[in-house]
Amino acid sequence: MTTRQITFREAINDALRQEMRRDPTVIVMGEDVAGGASLEHIEGRQEEAWGGVLGVTKGLVQEFGRARVLDTPISESGYIGAAVGAAATGLRPVAELMFVDFFGVCMDQIYNQGAKLRYMFGGKATVPMVVRTMIGAGFRAAGQHSGSHYSVFTHMPGLKTVVPSTPADAKGLLAAAIRDNDPVIFFEHKLLYDVEGPVPDGEYVIPLGQADVKRVGDDVTVVAIGRMVPLALAAAEDLAKTHGIGVEVVDPRTLSPLDAPTILNSVRKTHRLVVVDEDNPRCSVAADLVALVASEALEYLDEAPKMVTAPHAVVPFSPVLEDLYVPSAERIGHVIRTLMGHEIGV
Amino acid sequence: MIKTERGGRVEIQRERLLWIYERMKLIRSFEDAVAELFAAGRIPGFVHLYAGEEAIGVGIMAHLGDDDYITSTHRGHGHCIAKGVSVREMMAELFGKATGSNKGKGGSMHIADVGKGMLGANGIVGGGGPLAVGAGLTLKTLGKKGVTVCFFGDGAAEQGTMHEAMNLASIWKLPVVFVCENNLFAESTPWTYHASVKNIADRAAAYDMPGVVVPAHDVFAVYEVANEAVQRARRGEGPSLIEARGFRFYGHFQGDPLTYRTPEDEARWRAHDPLTLFRARVLDQEFLAEDALDEVDRQVATMIAEATNFAESSAYPADAALLEDVYVSYP
Repeated sequence: MTTRQITFREAINDALRQEMRRDPTVIVMGEDVAGGASLEHIEGRQEEAWGGVLGVTKGLVQEFGRARVLDTPISESGYIGAAVGAAATGLRPVAELMFVDFFGVCMDQIYNQGAKLRYMFGGKATVPMVVRTMIGAGFRAAGQHSGSHYSVFTHMPGLKTVVPSTPADAKGLLAAAIRDNDPVIFFEHKLLYDVEGPVPDGEYVIPLGQADVKRVGDDVTVVAIGRMVPLALAAAEDLAKTHGIGVEVVDPRTLSPLDAPTILNSVRKTHRLVVVDEDNPRCSVAADLVALVASEALEYLDEAPKMVTAPHAVVPFSPVLEDLYVPSAERIGHVIRTLMGHEIGV
Repeated sequence: MIKTERGGRVEIQRERLLWIYERMKLIRSFEDAVAELFAAGRIPGFVHLYAGEEAIGVGIMAHLGDDDYITSTHRGHGHCIAKGVSVREMMAELFGKATGSNKGKGGSMHIADVGKGMLGANGIVGGGGPLAVGAGLTLKTLGKKGVTVCFFGDGAAEQGTMHEAMNLASIWKLPVVFVCENNLFAESTPWTYHASVKNIADRAAAYDMPGVVVPAHDVFAVYEVANEAVQRARRGEGPSLIEARGFRFYGHFQGDPLTYRTPEDEARWRAHDPLTLFRARVLDQEFLAEDALDEVDRQVATMIAEATNFAESSAYPADAALLEDVYVSYP
């Protein structure tokens, strides 16, 4: 398969295009996803339409038209609920919730409707929809535009949750999410949008529920999520050079369903676990992974598992505080060295 | 031609009139039976009964077919029956049996039959509004001729979701008919307290759609306004809002102490029983013979008895059903 070097943003756009070409029932809806394309003065000059606040859906309205790339009013309950209703009646909507923090205004439609419909109806409904949403701190956007919150959704039966860390994964996993017959929440870290990587040309789909070992190592398993994956890899490269520590980096890629065997097999090999997660730590995916390993593979562990996460706090505005909030490669490296008993004398 | 209480006239064929009566009678008998079974402790949970509001669901559904969708409310049994959901499966669902319309996993508040276009009762007040917009969006996007009817109560009229839904349906010109069943009380809170307007239908102006108030006890009047709204939607001219104002014979939920309404109010409203009024009207004007109506009554009684037996004798779900249908697939 030939690859192209493109950004995470372009990879998502690629997947949307690929699936919209393949299946006429796929529609994209959300605030500014076309972006000004409904304005008369921009008609015929649609290349000037925003295509999402950060340009992820740019160009889709030109190719697929306004009937399939729908700008919505700022009515998250209304249009995300409409995506649920449309999914239950024959479309495959991809609704964009601009920032995940906005789940506060539409969670009823996501959870009480989208996630529960199939079960409550005795399996007689399917809700094949995707909610794409931006996550992550580091944008100096403060408390209501910077959360991660995938733990909240992973907790909920009926939802699937996907957090890609590379452009190629973003393309393959989004394609799978759109083809999936269950509601999927797809989390895109805004600081990854400009990251480039090799992405397969043409049709590319990665099944949900398959973790990826991003780096092989024998001494410690680091399970990292989303943007924490490149940071964990940077820490791992550094530790290999400076301390000769072999770090295995496992990227779960989908949090629900979770590929537990890949994580457990890695821990059984390395005997040590560090979980790196930008979400808040209480009742989180990080805590869940530590519980998984403690209950399934405790006898393999040489050391108590460690979590490197954001604190139990709101994302702050001040750059100094925000940088302190997000786990860094340095912090990850420090925790690994401590776990390996290398900290003394460093 | 039958005169409606709004002063209009509707023409309904004899066969359709009989269907209207049969569905209204079936709803009333079903709800009365459920009230008894619930009081006797044979139905678990909670039930919100539609008796007294039959003319709304049936008058609207007289214009719909299997290719049309509806979304519903807490008080969804009547909508199901009018939309053609099997009363056997409905009764079994209320009993929590595996043969129920939702395999016993939804119960009264989530009763549904997507195959019949019935997208579910809803345990969340106002939850169905956005779903109806979505079903309307599907119909429009796929170029289908169907319509979606969104039933909601006067309580839901105050939920943000309903306002978002009506605005979306209007700006996208979707084939959706919003039907507010104003039964005067949101649980125990009178609508004259909770609504900012003299008529909930007046809010239609805010969404640039037609809005009309209709007496909920007159099935002919409901039929008349529903015809206009449904045809408008089918023509691609966008949504409408109908406010059907009436009365629920039972409480908000079965067993509710009803302290919020006076015996005088109750007597006044019960004098407007949609079934009694229908009978009087069609007999008086000789549209139907009494024998034919009595025969419907007998058939309905048999259907309810049969549905109750079916529900009672059906098995509960197997333990394995606990984990089934959370997902279509989950590796």
